[in-house]
Amino acid sequence: MVPEKTAAASADPAAPPAASWPPMVLAARDLAVGYGDRPVLHGLDVTITPGSFTVIIGPNACGKSTLLRSLARLLPVERGAVVLDGKDIRSSSSKEVARRIGLLPQTSVAPEGITVADLVSRGRYPHQRLLQQWSAQDERAVRSALRATSTEQFATRAVDELSGGQRQRVWVAMVLAQETPVVLLDEPTTYLDIAHQIELLDLCTRLHSQGRTLVAVLHDINQAARYATHLIAMRDGRVVAQGAPAEVVTAERVEEVFGVRCRVFASPETGTPMIVPLASGAVVAEP
Amino acid sequence: MSDLPLWTSRVRVIALPGSATVRLDRRAALVCAVLAALLLGLGALALTLGETAITVGQVVSALAGGGDDGVRRIVVQWRLPRVVMAVLGGAALGVSGAVFQSMTRNPLGSPDIIGFSTGAYTGALVASLVLGRSALGTTLGALVGGLGAAVLVYLLAFRGGLQGFRLVVVGIAVSAVLSAVNSYLLVRARLEEAVTAATWGAGSLNGVRWPDVAPVALSLLVLAPACAVLVRRLTVLELGDDHARLLGLGVERSRAGLLVVGVGLIAVVTAVLGPIAFVALAAPQVARRLVAGTGPGLAPAAVVGALLLLVSDVLAQRVVAPGQLPVGVVTGCLGGAYLVWLLGRARRRS
Repeated sequence: MVPEKTAAASADPAAPPAASWPPMVLAARDLAVGYGDRPVLHGLDVTITPGSFTVIIGPNACGKSTLLRSLARLLPVERGAVVLDGKDIRSSSSKEVARRIGLLPQTSVAPEGITVADLVSRGRYPHQRLLQQWSAQDERAVRSALRATSTEQFATRAVDELSGGQRQRVWVAMVLAQETPVVLLDEPTTYLDIAHQIELLDLCTRLHSQGRTLVAVLHDINQAARYATHLIAMRDGRVVAQGAPAEVVTAERVEEVFGVRCRVFASPETGTPMIVPLASGAVVAEP
Repeated sequence: MSDLPLWTSRVRVIALPGSATVRLDRRAALVCAVLAALLLGLGALALTLGETAITVGQVVSALAGGGDDGVRRIVVQWRLPRVVMAVLGGAALGVSGAVFQSMTRNPLGSPDIIGFSTGAYTGALVASLVLGRSALGTTLGALVGGLGAAVLVYLLAFRGGLQGFRLVVVGIAVSAVLSAVNSYLLVRARLEEAVTAATWGAGSLNGVRWPDVAPVALSLLVLAPACAVLVRRLTVLELGDDHARLLGLGVERSRAGLLVVGVGLIAVVTAVLGPIAFVALAAPQVARRLVAGTGPGLAPAAVVGALLLLVSDVLAQRVVAPGQLPVGVVTGCLGGAYLVWLLGRARRRS
């Protein structure tokens, strides 16, 4: 369950207390993944800190999405393994993995005419069995996912009728209804305007504060540094740096990873690092 | 804060013993009930129609095992199997179409468009024209031809996974090639053989008797429960392959299972009746518009398919009475008109 701290949610006796998510260590060990004969990740090692809000940054085609999709077992692994709580995820059944790791892909297309609650309820599939198809527990999970994403008031509306920002929140709700301790988001803000981007990132922060481990791919370095507790910087299928935003976002590192010369300031709002590209000659290399 | 409703007013949540509940879409249930009543009425009417006019009262007493021997033979031995076959066959075609269209996420992803029916016709033509004709040979030939075409389309469309759109395009291409083969086989055949073969190729319920119904009914006994189990996977597949995998669904395995069931449903009908145009294509789309809901909608597609084939068969028998048209001619006309209407409506909208 994703209990929101509202009177109604805390009055629900079946809702577990916040931060009830078991800490799960998700890691890639010597992970090599490619598409056909084009290798994308070459023996990558990374550990996602349990309970963190980790953001992966890096230039286009550096393997960010590939890493995220591999962590969720969407891609076949050529070498190495993705390990969840010390166990290769390939040794678990796909439903078991689906009860622990959820992912929102870059693009999702809702079936024509489907209502919001119906779409979100499909996130319950890994928890259902053939003879027990819909339970009160499923209904509670759907409702709290809708509340967490502020989409409950749209529950009976068709997904097609919603705005882009609302639709993205509905898809997040579907992933939340899956009730996984680890949630991965692949460029969740890409098609949203700035207000909806902030709204979605604030939602991520709330989900993180409830104890889930969140991993997102983001393009905007300043947003990444502002919202993440951990950053992973990638280039050419390798992890170049990882750690707290203040350690990772330095002028040298940004130039090394993105090929952009910049100055780094502390954000006057949050104190998190903020980059400003130089006025001229900022781009040093085609990444 | 009171709970906002999760479901629209047309959905009724029914609590079962324990914590389980079932969501019933009232509009879908109503549509199915009304259509089933129509089906029953039309079925009864169909039993009264024909060269020998028989009243409803006579039909009822014949079905109860009474009445005149001759009337009973006409009703129970001749007309009833035809009506039952139209209902079972139409339902099977409707479900098969719904499975394929939902799986390919494409209204044209229907088994009769993507090569299955054309392949069955090729098989039947080869069996009857090249290998020498017999009814059983034609049936087996159709089965082999249809399944062969399905396997061929599957293999050609498979690229590390199966994309709905690719399946449709490859299916249409294979269908075109097989069509050419069929024309060639017909052109080189002797006239009366060609006429017999072409009649089969139009799809017909003429002369259907209980021994023809039995294999279809038995197959449905196996395939219907399989559909009921697989439909859940279909609703997950509708979200796209990524989401389906992320929800823990074995995508390729589910799709293979659905293909087997979908092909099985149309195969058994086509083998017995010949390729019947448009029912598999149109029934799920008509059902979808009547129900105005989401999901694969197998049950509404089944009822609409049954009604479509039964109506078409009554028309096929009456339009040129005392002559009889193959039912496929009628379904083809109805389906074609429907498709034009559908495209016209889509254009007006855009």
